[in-house]
Formats: sequence, structure tokens, C-alpha cells
Amino acid sequence: MSFSEKIRGLYQTQLGEIRNAGIYKEERFIHSSQAADIEVEFPTGAEVKKVINMCANNYLGLSSHPEVIKAAHAGLDTRGYGMSSVRFICGTQDIHRELENRVTEFLGTEDTILFPSCMDANAGVFEAILTSEDIMISDRLVHASIIDGMRLCSAQHDTFKHSNMEHLEEKLLLHADKRIKLVITDGVFSMDGDLAKLDIMVELCNKYDAMLLVDDSHSTGFIGKTGRGTHEHCNVMGQIDIITTTFGKALGGASGGCVSGRKEIVDMCRQKARPYLFSNTIAPVIVSGVLKVFDILSASTERRDKLEKNTAYWRKGLTEAGFVLKEGDSPIIPVMLFNAKLSQDFSRDLFSRGIYAIGFFFPVVPNGQARIRTQISAGHEIHHLDKALAAFIEVGKKYGILGLTKEQIVAKYGL
Amino acid sequence: MDDMKDLVLNYVIKEYMEDGDEEITYDTPLISSGYVDSFSMVSLLVFLENKFTIKIPPEKATPEAFDNVNSIVALVKQYLK
Repeated sequence: MSFSEKIRGLYQTQLGEIRNAGIYKEERFIHSSQAADIEVEFPTGAEVKKVINMCANNYLGLSSHPEVIKAAHAGLDTRGYGMSSVRFICGTQDIHRELENRVTEFLGTEDTILFPSCMDANAGVFEAILTSEDIMISDRLVHASIIDGMRLCSAQHDTFKHSNMEHLEEKLLLHADKRIKLVITDGVFSMDGDLAKLDIMVELCNKYDAMLLVDDSHSTGFIGKTGRGTHEHCNVMGQIDIITTTFGKALGGASGGCVSGRKEIVDMCRQKARPYLFSNTIAPVIVSGVLKVFDILSASTERRDKLEKNTAYWRKGLTEAGFVLKEGDSPIIPVMLFNAKLSQDFSRDLFSRGIYAIGFFFPVVPNGQARIRTQISAGHEIHHLDKALAAFIEVGKKYGILGLTKEQIVAKYGL
Repeated sequence: MDDMKDLVLNYVIKEYMEDGDEEITYDTPLISSGYVDSFSMVSLLVFLENKFTIKIPPEKATPEAFDNVNSIVALVKQYLK
């Protein structure tokens, strides 16, 4: 037997350490489809409880939309369940190319290539287009998948302070001698909910002859007047060299992602990106669903408009109640608690009041920056938000943090 | 020696610290505590090499060697002529 007691013990020790550190992750089983109202079994074995979901990436409320489900059913009937192949062998259907073209049109880019996920897109893109002669300069708060993708790439890497454009300029000057300079940022930062300053970044990239990559996973479909993403919001459509994004959040929430941008970059990914070359094609049922999502988004901005209104309502409510929030223009609204244990206790108390929102703490966010990350959806109605707000206020009162500043909360609970 | 330590410390503060971060000293763990991620070390390496006109071999520029100001200065001293 190769899995000896010694090896088992080794893993048990490591798992014990994770538990003792209070960062052991447990899944919560949802017994319903994804929506504002869900039914959750937590802890495992507990009675299923109806709660309001305040932590899904279901920004446009399309995860269980009847038209998307109907289109997915039709895709299943006409194109089958699986392709049993990677794209370049026998895994590309007409609808895969149709979706790539729809994404290109929607984002205003030159071409698009699908990946099994945006994690895979980020894992593949850097290695496909850069070599050791090049440099990647990333914002310090970019998503973990970008960090993993950069690790897989032989190009050199450096970082700039979060959203600090002076620091970015210093780095562009420092690395002026490199063959290709690629500046990398999230469009909307997933933990803080703030938007990248893409207008300034485009200017700097033009000035210093650098390319710009934006991961717009938390933006595509709803940021910008017609939901094209952060580049629309910042008035720089057509000027972003590479956009990576996901279908796993606002765009139906199933799975899949893409690299969209300059034609040659997309072509390089098609030739060299390993998650594209060595991973299965996106299932036809998902492609069919996402195509319907683009039909819905192209027909009307109603859903992103509702999301914007809901977000403003929620932010105003929390602000008036006296919570400390991270500033931002996105539907990610972090309620800052700073102390890790407080974030866990707060989340548990919300759950007992029928509100599902998760506490995040180090290492997912910087030390001393623990928070409840709330995410608003077009699937929320005002009554959902009112109920959630009442629960937040009740729990906030319980812990005596309403109206307190960051310093006062830290003084009370520590970091 | 202390001049060199202060030079490195001041660079680390300017390059890596954010408003509201706790004060750091010569011994404060930089990488293992999350102040500096391994990607960001490249700036520090370039700074040291330019400032002290040295070349630190990539295999010596480890997260352990860069984990606090004292260890960084010790590393630099190995390559000073």
C-alpha cells in the first residue's frame, strides 16, 4: 500500500494545522437553484434553511433565468452533452466559434478564444505570449488565477501598489529596457470592489510602449452604460490589448472563460496556451446558454440598470446604518470588520437570521482587513435588501460597531 | 552597516508599505508575513544591485534571504567587493 500511515499522518497534521488556524473551509450544501432565495444545509446534516443569498457572483440574476435554461436544453438536444475532445482535434462546433464572435462583438475587441474557465485563460495567456525577455507588471491585488498564470510564465515579473498610477509609472520606467512590457490588472477587484483606473493605465501604456491586460471577470455584462465592462466605464473601448473574462459569474454563471483582444494575441493562445490545448472544450449545453445570455444583454440594459439601482440602495442603507465600507462603484460591497474572528461571528449571526454572506480574512484578504463581502444581484428585489439590511443592523448592534470608525472597531476587537 | 540597513529599510517602507500598515523594523518578517509577495521581490533585487553595484545570483535571491532587512543586508555584504 503506497498511502502509508506515515503519509496519512503527515496530511492529518497539516489539516489539523489548518483547522487550528481557523481557516478550514467547509462547503455549504444548497438544495435549490442559484437565486436570491436559496435553501441551504449548514452545517452538514442540519435542517435545510431558506436564506437570502448575498454572496453570489450572480450579478445579473441570469444563473437560473428561464430563457437561458430553455436555450441550454435546446443546445443539449441539438448538439449533445459532451464533445470528448479538446478544441483543435474534434471539439469545435459551429456554436463555439459563434460564441467567440459574439464575445468579440460585445467587448469591442478583434478576436476571442474560449477556455474552460477564466482561471484557465489566465493560466494560459502569459506563457503563450511572453518569454524571458519580457516583463509582467501587475497590480498587487490581482486575482489568484493571474498570479498562478504569471508563475507558469518565464517572463520576469514586478508589481505596483494597488491602483497607484505613480508607482506603475515608476515601474514602467524601471523596466523600459524589456522587449515586451505587459501591465496586468483586474477590471473590478474581487475583494475590494473598486475599479481599475483604465483610462490612466491606457495613457501610461501608450506613453511607455506597454501592453495592457485586464481581467474583467467581475465586470463583463454590467459595468459600463451597456455592460461591456470596465473599459466601457472608463471610455477606453478598443484600447485594451487583452481582456480575460468568465461566463461563470454574470453571464449565466455556469463555467467557461475567454481571452479576447488583439488578433495575434488570440492566435498565439490558439497555438500555444496549454489549458486550451490540453483541456476539454466547453460543453455545448453551456455554450448554448451563454449565447442566450448575450441575446438578453444585447436586447436591453434593464438587468444591469436594476443591478445599479440595487447596488446604490444597498450601499446607501449600509452607510446610513453606520458600517465602514470599502469605496467603489461595483456591486461588490465589502463591510469592513478588520478582525478575523469578528468576521466569522458576524457571518454566523447573519446566517441564523436568514442572510447568507461570508466573512473573508487573511490570507484571502490582507492581514487586519477582515470583512463580510456582500454582492448585489439584479435578482434581488428591494424586500430582499431590506430584510438583509435589517439583519446587518441587528448583528451590527449586537457587536456594537455601528457608527464606529475603523480605528474604533480595531480598538474594540483588535486586528 | 546601520546606514546600509536604514537605506534598505527606507526602500522597503517606500516600495512595499501601505498607509495604515504597522511600523516595521530590521527584524520584521517581510515575505512570510505577507508585506512583500514573492513577485514584488524583483524591485528590491534591482534596487540592491543598482545601489550597491553588485550582482546577486538568482538562486541566492530567495524568499528566505529577503525575509527581513537584516538578512537582506547580510546577503548584500556577501557580494560587496
